[in-house]
Amino acid sequence: MKPGNLNLQRMWGPGLAFVILALLATLPLYASAYSIILVTDILMFVILALSWALFSAPTGYISLAPAAFFGVGIYTSAILGRQLPLPLVVFLGGLISFCLALLVGALTLRLRGIYFAMFTFGLVELIKHFWLWYEIKFTGTRGRFVVVVDQQTIYLIMFTIFVLLLLTTYLIRRSRLGLALRSIGECEEAAAHIGVNVNVLKTLTFALSAIFIGAAGSVIATRWTYVDPYIAFNPLYSFMAVLMAIFGGIGHPYGPILGAVIFAYLEEILLTRFPYYYMLIFGVVLIITVLYLPEGLIGLMTKTRKRLAGGQDAPA
Amino acid sequence: MTKILEVLITGLLVGGLYALISVGLSLQYGVARILNISHGEFIMLGALITWTLYTALGISPLISLVICGPSALALGFLIHRTLFKRLLASSASPAVFESNSMLAAFGLMFILQNIALIIWRADTRAYSYLSIPVHVLGTLFGANRLLTFGIALVIGLAFYLFLHLTRTGKAIRAAAQDPTTAGLMGVNINHVLALCFGLGAAMAAVAGVLISMCYAVTAVMGLEYTVIAIIVVVLGGLGSIPGSFLGGFILGLVGSIVTFLEPGLALVAYYVIFVLLLLIRPTGLLGR
Repeated sequence: MKPGNLNLQRMWGPGLAFVILALLATLPLYASAYSIILVTDILMFVILALSWALFSAPTGYISLAPAAFFGVGIYTSAILGRQLPLPLVVFLGGLISFCLALLVGALTLRLRGIYFAMFTFGLVELIKHFWLWYEIKFTGTRGRFVVVVDQQTIYLIMFTIFVLLLLTTYLIRRSRLGLALRSIGECEEAAAHIGVNVNVLKTLTFALSAIFIGAAGSVIATRWTYVDPYIAFNPLYSFMAVLMAIFGGIGHPYGPILGAVIFAYLEEILLTRFPYYYMLIFGVVLIITVLYLPEGLIGLMTKTRKRLAGGQDAPA
Repeated sequence: MTKILEVLITGLLVGGLYALISVGLSLQYGVARILNISHGEFIMLGALITWTLYTALGISPLISLVICGPSALALGFLIHRTLFKRLLASSASPAVFESNSMLAAFGLMFILQNIALIIWRADTRAYSYLSIPVHVLGTLFGANRLLTFGIALVIGLAFYLFLHLTRTGKAIRAAAQDPTTAGLMGVNINHVLALCFGLGAAMAAVAGVLISMCYAVTAVMGLEYTVIAIIVVVLGGLGSIPGSFLGGFILGLVGSIVTFLEPGLALVAYYVIFVLLLLIRPTGLLGR
C-alpha cells in the first residue's frame, strides 16, 4: 500500500465521524419532531452500550449494573426535576450514580468473573425492591410524575452527554489509563505486579462509566413523564447494553455505537407491533454473536476488509 | 404460637420447591460451568404446559411430571450438544467459557420466554388441583402444597442417591472435580456435561409442574425463579446437593418470616442475603 493511500484512509474515519457529529448537532434545525425523538432514543442506547464498554471491554468484567445507574438517574429527575433546572438535575443524576458506583466498585473488588456479574445483577433488583417498599411505605405512592420538558432540549442534552462520553472513551483509550485497564483484562495479577494500581483504577473507571448512564437516565425520564421502580430499575437495560456492545464488537469504540444504533432502530420498527418477535430476534442474535462473531460486527468488518485488501495486494 | 408455627411450616414448604429448583442450577453451574440464566424459563415451560394439559385435556399434573421431566431432559441435552459444546471448544479458557456461556444463556432466556409469550400471551394462568385443607400440627395447609413438598424431597433424595451410588453419578462427580482429568480416566466428558445440563433442565421443568399445582403462573415468571435459584446455590455452596436443600430451606424460612413481619421486604431480604454472602463467603455454607 502506498503512503498516500494510507493517509487518506486514516483521515477517512475521523472525517466521517466529524460529519456525522456535525449533522447530529444541527439536527433540531431541519429534522421533523419524530426524527428528533427517534434519534434521542438511539443516542440513549448508544450511551448505555458505550459506557458499559468503557469499563467492561478492556477489563473483561461483565457488569450488569447499568440498569441500577440508569434508574438512579431517572429517580433523580423524578424527585428534583420540579425544583431545579434540567442541566443541573442531569449533572446531579450523573454525580449520584458516580458515588453509588464508587461504593459498589470498592465493595466488589474481591469478586472475579461471574461473581461480579451476579453481584451487579443482584444490586439492580435490591435497589428496585427496596425502593418500591420505601415508596409505598413512606410516600404512599407507587410511581411519580416527572416534569415535562420539550423534545429539543431533551435531544440537545442527550447529544451533549454522548459527545462527552465519546471524548472520554477516546482519551482513555489513548492514555496510560487505557493501557493499564487492558493489562487488567489480560491478567490482573501480572498487572498488579508491574505496578498498576488495580483496585483504584477499576473502581474509578467503573464509577466514571456510571456518570453517563445516570445522566442519560435523568434526561430520558422527562420524556417518560411517569415512572415507578419497575420501569426505572428494569434489568432489561443492563442486558440491552451488554448485547448491543457485544454485537457491535467491543474491540473498538465504534462497535458498541454500531450495535446500539442497529438495535435501537430495530426496536423502533418492531417493538410497538411485534414486541415478542423483537425480543426473540434479540435472543437469537445474542447466541449467534457469542458463537460465531466473538469480535462483533466491527471484527467481522475488519476481517472482511483485510481479506479484500489482501486479495488486491497479492502479487500476480 | 399457632401463627409462628404456620409461618415456619410455610417457609419449609416453599423452601422445598426452592431446593429442587436450585439442585438443577447447581448441577448446571457446578459441573457444566454454565450459569444458566434461562433456568427459570424451563420452570415456566413446565408450568404452562401442565396448565394447558390440565385445562384443555384434563390430564393430571402428576402425569405431566412424567411428560415434562423427560422432554426437558432431551431438550437440555440437545441444547448442550449443539450450543454449549461448540462454545466450550471455541473458548480460550474456563473463565472465557463462563462469560460466554452466561451470555448465550441470556439469549436462550429471551428466545424461550418470547416463544412462550407468543403461545400463551402474558396472562396469569391458574387451575385448582387438590386444594383440600389438611391439618398439620394445628394449622391448615392445602393438600397440594404438602404433596409438592413431598415430591420435591423424594426427587432430591433420589438424585442424591443417583450421584453417589451409580457409575454415571460417579462420572458426574469426577467431571465436577476436574473435567480434563475425568476425560483422561475414560469419562465421556461431552456426554456427561450434556447430561448434567439436561438433568438440570429436567429438574427445572419438574419444579415448574409442582409450582403450577400451588401458584398462578405466567410466561414471564422465569427470571424471578432463576434469581432465587442463583441465590440458593450461592447460599448452599456450589455443586452441593445437601447445600442446595439447606439453602432452599433457609431462604424459604427467611422469606416467610420477613413476609410475616413486613410484607414488602421479602425480596429485599433475599437480595441482602445474596449481596452479603457474595462479599463475605462466596463459596457458600457447604461449599468446597
